[in-house]
Parts: sequence; structure tokens; C-alpha cells
Amino acid sequence: MIYLDHNATTYCDPEVVKEMLPYFTEKFYNPSSVYTPSQEAKDSIETSREKVAKLLGCHSSEIIFTAGGSESINMAIIGTAYALKNKGNHIITSKIEHHAVLHTCKFLEELGFEVSYIGVDKYGFVDIEQLEKSITPKTILISIMYANNEIGTIQPIEEISKIAKNKGVLFHTDAVQVVGKIPFSVKNIGADMLSLSAHKFYGPKGIGSLYIKKGLRIKPLIHGGGQERNLRAGTENVPAIVGMGKACELAEKNMEKDSAAEKELRDMLEKNLLEKIPEILINGHTEKRLYNTSNVGVKYVEGEGMLLNLDFEGICASSGSACTSGSLDPSHVLLAIGVSPEDAHGSLRFSFGRKNTRQEVEKVAEVLPPIVQKLRQMSPFWNKK
Amino acid sequence: MAYTEKVMEYFRNPKNMGRIDNPDGVGKVGNKLCGDVMWIYIKMGKDEVIEDVKFETFGCAAAIATSSVVTELAKGKKIDEALKITNKDVVNFLGGLPPIKKHCSLLAEEGLQAAIEDYKKKKSASQT
Repeated sequence: MIYLDHNATTYCDPEVVKEMLPYFTEKFYNPSSVYTPSQEAKDSIETSREKVAKLLGCHSSEIIFTAGGSESINMAIIGTAYALKNKGNHIITSKIEHHAVLHTCKFLEELGFEVSYIGVDKYGFVDIEQLEKSITPKTILISIMYANNEIGTIQPIEEISKIAKNKGVLFHTDAVQVVGKIPFSVKNIGADMLSLSAHKFYGPKGIGSLYIKKGLRIKPLIHGGGQERNLRAGTENVPAIVGMGKACELAEKNMEKDSAAEKELRDMLEKNLLEKIPEILINGHTEKRLYNTSNVGVKYVEGEGMLLNLDFEGICASSGSACTSGSLDPSHVLLAIGVSPEDAHGSLRFSFGRKNTRQEVEKVAEVLPPIVQKLRQMSPFWNKK
Repeated sequence: MAYTEKVMEYFRNPKNMGRIDNPDGVGKVGNKLCGDVMWIYIKMGKDEVIEDVKFETFGCAAAIATSSVVTELAKGKKIDEALKITNKDVVNFLGGLPPIKKHCSLLAEEGLQAAIEDYKKKKSASQT
């Protein structure tokens, strides 16, 4: 099996699993209880929190554990909206955000908030000028993703953060695709809030974090016990928290090596495909994008057919096709960068990870051209000569 | 996507794929923007029988499978019988389709009907 969908999720590193296992069995205790084993569980949470904080370059008291990236994002956006609703009702985001952001904003619109969705250029870079112009005295939050999950474009996040700061508006960034891939410090980028998810960098699913800058008060979404500084009720998912901590530790160690190796494979795949398949193109910016991500636009065919054929060959990838998303619309990201709807249906996303090899890239480069050829033969738009 | 084995079989090995040169009727249905376009070609034989029928489809696995099935169901049938083929027949033949893919079977029905209508129109035009 050739797995090229690491932006969807990664496998859990065996070292992470090993670290987690005792917390399901002999170390099962509720961290909120008073007896000694519970205190040990509590300590392990704090150790993990420090590991997350170290990776992000912040203080551990600024890290809240959540049930994943989507929850972190919901908490940042809705929690800010609730906390600042007397100050203003306007939120700014971009058109290429993950649905966790876009659908959260839609929800707030139903509640009477106003949202500006800033457009992007053909590479996926947010229109900074439009963003700046959209800020009003009612603006309470700007939420822009650090890097895009589909095309990999990395935003000039420090610049956007600075604009928010100058206007006295809070800034949140969805860094789900960046954490564990690219080293950065939240202090340097200047974000007030930042969302991350463990299963995108070899940690377990169902666990994420929200960085909340010291002194910033937002409202919780989940009410109950006083866990996570009263910001996220519910008995802590100790095994997952421990796993996330370990994943952060490993990311720090592996990031540099991974990035060089994955970039080489990604570039090798793109070069091969561009040589072998006519009328394809690479979506997104060539340089300023995630080193592991490749979004290939294949004209005249539909994505699902390519994915299923790749699957027959044991290759896992994803697509911006509507058919794979459960809706009838193709990728909102590709549409936002100006790809036509019919071409957006024919996109493929390959996202590399730590274990991928040159042999795997060679296999994909060998298998994909005849798949495209076969589907194009069926397509009424392909000029058969 | 939960496709039946039959859908996958027809997606992998579709029958009647391609173009007919100088067809007697062509039905072009669907919309590029939605990601499904189906062109059905028919060639008529004696006594209003559909002698040959082929398809070209831009679309997902369900679109390709339903195209293939509708051409098979129509081949060798008289046009008044072929016009009775519905999307339900296509879905039943495939052992079901995921709800979100039902429109593909409708497209197959409409594509065949459009091809037959095109043939009828051409025929009446040539007779007058």
C-alpha cells in the first residue's frame, strides 16, 4: 500500500503508541482525584503540555487541550465571538479556510455576526489589501489559516498578524497543517490564538490544542468541570494528551530531516507527472507551499475516477472533486484560486509523509498516466487523435 | 463511497464506451460545472431498432457505470421500448447507488432519451 494522504491523517508513530498504552490500563486514573496515582496522571498531562508549548515556543499555561483541530478552531472563533460580542460583531477570514473555520463562521452568521470572506490570488495568497480594508471598528477577530490543506500555500502569517495587532483586532490562525511540519514560534508570528491537531503529525486522533496568548480571555464551549483552566470541561483524555506530547517531541527531532526528504519526493513526483501526462498543471505556489503537498490539476477527467483507479493499485490519495466530499460542489479552495469548476473536479492531492520512498513515487508515476489516459478516452472533452 | 460490486465492475470495465461516427442520434446531457457530463450516441438499424449505442462520459464512477448500463439496456431495443428505460432500471441493474449519486442514473435515462429525440427530430426533418 502506498499512502500519499498525510494531510488527511498520519499513522500514529509506534513510539507515541508505546507512550500512550499504560494510560489506558495501569495508569487509568482520573487526573482530578486526590490520591497519588491521580496526581501522577495530572503530572503527565502537564509534562505533555510543556512539550506542546516547547514545540510552539510559548509557555505551557498558554496551551489548552481539546478533542482535535476542529474543536480548537470552534473554540477560538466562537469563544472569541461570545467574549467580545459587546465590543463588535464582525469577523474576517478567507475563502480558502478549512470547513472547520468556514462552517463555524456560517454558524455565527446565523446568530447575527457578520463575516467577511477575503479572496485569494491564483496561488492562494490572501488579498492583504482587501483584508486591511475590511477591518472596521466592529471587527473582533481575524482568522486566517497558516497553510492550506489542499494546495499547501503558506500565508505571510506574520504580516497578517501585524495588521491585526496594529488595528487592535485579535488574530487566530489554523495551523493544523503546519505544526510538526515547519518549525515556528507563536511569539514570532504574533498570533493571539493558534489551533493544532495531533493526528496530522504522527500523534493520535481525537486530540488537539489551542494556544491562547497569556491574558486573553475567551468563553468556553464545553461547560462542566474545571479542567483546562475552566476553558474545556470534561475528564482529560490522558492517553491522547500523552501521545500528543510525545508526537510534539518527535516532531522537533524529525522535522528538518523529514522536510528535506519529503520535498525531494514531492518534486520528483511532480517532475515525472508533468513529463508523462499532457495537459496537467500544479495548483498553488511552487515555492511558498508545504513541502509535502502536491495538488495536480488533470484536465478532462473527474477526480473520483482517478482516485478509485489509484486505489485499485493500492495507492491512497485525495481529490478536490465534489464526488469525494459528499457534496456536489468541487473544492472551494480551487474555485477561490480561479480554477474552473470542471477543472477543479479533476484535481488530485498527494501529501507525503515520513515513510514514503522513491520506489513509491516511481510506482505512482508509472501507474497514473495510463489511468488518466483511460479516463480521458471516455471523456467527451478529450480530443482523441 | 459505498458502491456496489456491480458499480465497480462497470466502472472498471465499461461496455459500449466511445464514439459512433455519423450517428443517427446524439444526446448530450449534464453539466460540466457539476462534474457530470454524458454523451450518448445511437445508430439505428431496421424497424426502429437501436442497432448500436455508445457513450462518452466525464464524471465519477457512478456516472461511468450508469452510462455503460443504459447503453446495454438500450442496445437491440426498439425505440419505443428504449424510451421506457428509467433511471430505476439502471439503479436496479447496478444493485443500488449511494443517494448522492442518484442523479447519475437520471442523467443516463435523460441521455438516452435525448439521443432518441435527436434521431426522431432528424428523421422528421429529412422526411419533410
